[in-house]
Amino acid sequence: MPGGGLAPTFPRMSVHLTPDERAHLDGGRGEAAAMAMRLVVAAAEMMGAARLVEIESAHIDGCLYHGDGGVLFAEALVAGDGRVAVPTTLNVGALDLLHPERIRGDAHHGEMARRQMDAYLKLGCAPTWTCAPYQAGHRPGPGEQVAWGESNAVAFANSVLGARTERYGDFLDACCALTGRAPLHGLHLDENRRATMLVDARQVPTSLMSRDVFYPVLGTWLGLQVGREVCVIDGLPADVTEDQLKALGAAAASTGAVALFHVAGVTPEAPSVEAALHGAEPRARVPVTSSGLRGSLDRLSTTDAEGVDAVAVGSPHFSDAEFAALEAALAGRRVSLPFYACTGRDVFARLEASGAATRLRDAGVDVVVDTCVVVTPILPARGGVLMTCSGKFAHYGPANTGYDVVYGSLEDCVESAVAGAVRRDEAVWSW
Amino acid sequence: MKGRVLVPGSAFGPLLRLRHAISFWGGVDPKTGRVCDPRHPDHGVCITGAILALPAAIGSSSSSAVMLELIREERAPAGLIMGTADAIVALGVLVAGELGLPTLPVLEVAWAAVEDLPEGEIDIAEDGTIQRMAER
Repeated sequence: MPGGGLAPTFPRMSVHLTPDERAHLDGGRGEAAAMAMRLVVAAAEMMGAARLVEIESAHIDGCLYHGDGGVLFAEALVAGDGRVAVPTTLNVGALDLLHPERIRGDAHHGEMARRQMDAYLKLGCAPTWTCAPYQAGHRPGPGEQVAWGESNAVAFANSVLGARTERYGDFLDACCALTGRAPLHGLHLDENRRATMLVDARQVPTSLMSRDVFYPVLGTWLGLQVGREVCVIDGLPADVTEDQLKALGAAAASTGAVALFHVAGVTPEAPSVEAALHGAEPRARVPVTSSGLRGSLDRLSTTDAEGVDAVAVGSPHFSDAEFAALEAALAGRRVSLPFYACTGRDVFARLEASGAATRLRDAGVDVVVDTCVVVTPILPARGGVLMTCSGKFAHYGPANTGYDVVYGSLEDCVESAVAGAVRRDEAVWSW
Repeated sequence: MKGRVLVPGSAFGPLLRLRHAISFWGGVDPKTGRVCDPRHPDHGVCITGAILALPAAIGSSSSSAVMLELIREERAPAGLIMGTADAIVALGVLVAGELGLPTLPVLEVAWAAVEDLPEGEIDIAEDGTIQRMAER
């Protein structure tokens, strides 16, 4: 394993370590554990953490191939006898292992993506390959300390499950998993989970808030408004669904650095607005307005073209309920455009068992598993306009795929895919 | 002016202030070093070799991987100044060091102070001191 180029100056050791943690650092637990601990301690130094915290689980985003560096890092951990110390799930990779023919990448891309995924399996991670691990059985409970990567999963774990994680990037997520430790800072600590901003959604019509299409737009707006601040949203319906909160968090974590939002009366740390504020006054109160939402809705589309070349849904990965909604919207019809629905293999196994996978295939829907169309070259190479109901796809799609994007509801996406041209129900936004 | 050292090192180069927070993944192309998010106000600008100043990092947790790739592809900035410390981007630099690749200094500096920095070539010293090249 290459020597740590920064070793002479990092870590500077202002972080208090237990004897066991120091043994990791000194190489007593193997070279991989030592490198992982060096990086955890360095991150703790950077973030001003006084000590580390034991974690119960990890979710690793670093298994996705972005270039050979990620492969070298993961293989260095394997070569140093690395092994995860806590139950660890894996985010999407850059291959659909169940349908390898779908990927357009060159041979080098395919080989390196595979090596990177294999290395994480050798470290003892579970082959979940999903950005929605919380819908594949990995559901830490309220107050549980964890270290998760993948921005949407971080937002979901903190906000919806009430678990405690900071935003862990690629590499640090794996280092936390190998050491079973994370820097004790930020959202691991009670006081930093207090909402400091109050988002008032009480004026938003109930009819709009009952629609799935509302939540990615609210999330896009929220990320731009709050940046990295913790907020509490007041006024969302008590029956807001888990998938709606997933979509809200994913969009907010794309336009902002949102890792935790509270929803009054819904999420575990917000039985009330006052509870989420820890009884203090908010630093700011921001109303959700019609014009604010309209601005975010408009931002999600990069073209007003009427033509559309492909449709993609499932970022974060589609759940069972979202596939049921897709089938309901299709109502037995067949799409006339390339249509991709991305999901994890856990959900896919249930689609296969129920016969839904066959029905979707017959309707012209390609179910993409283990990866998604925005991180892996799957969309037709000719480019054009991509329609989606995902705020995250709409946000990252243009830069990562070269496609323009049009945002609409799942029903809009299906109607457009059947008609072969953009169909959007604008009436839902007439507030 | 002195920044809080997140990753130590010295560097010099032209100051490049981004006008909005950025996600390196989906925001910077590691093959070209250019801002590739079409919604970003600095879309198309090249960060390679610059002292890159950003108000904050947002978005993807894969931004560490993009920073590592920028270094591997020799398209990285010469130094990085962040208005708000972010472990995700800085981790990419630390991992480069672990893999025996070059690193770059990363500092945290209050954004209001960054906005007061004059245009032109600036110099970052090992202890986090930031000054104009002419003052050396």
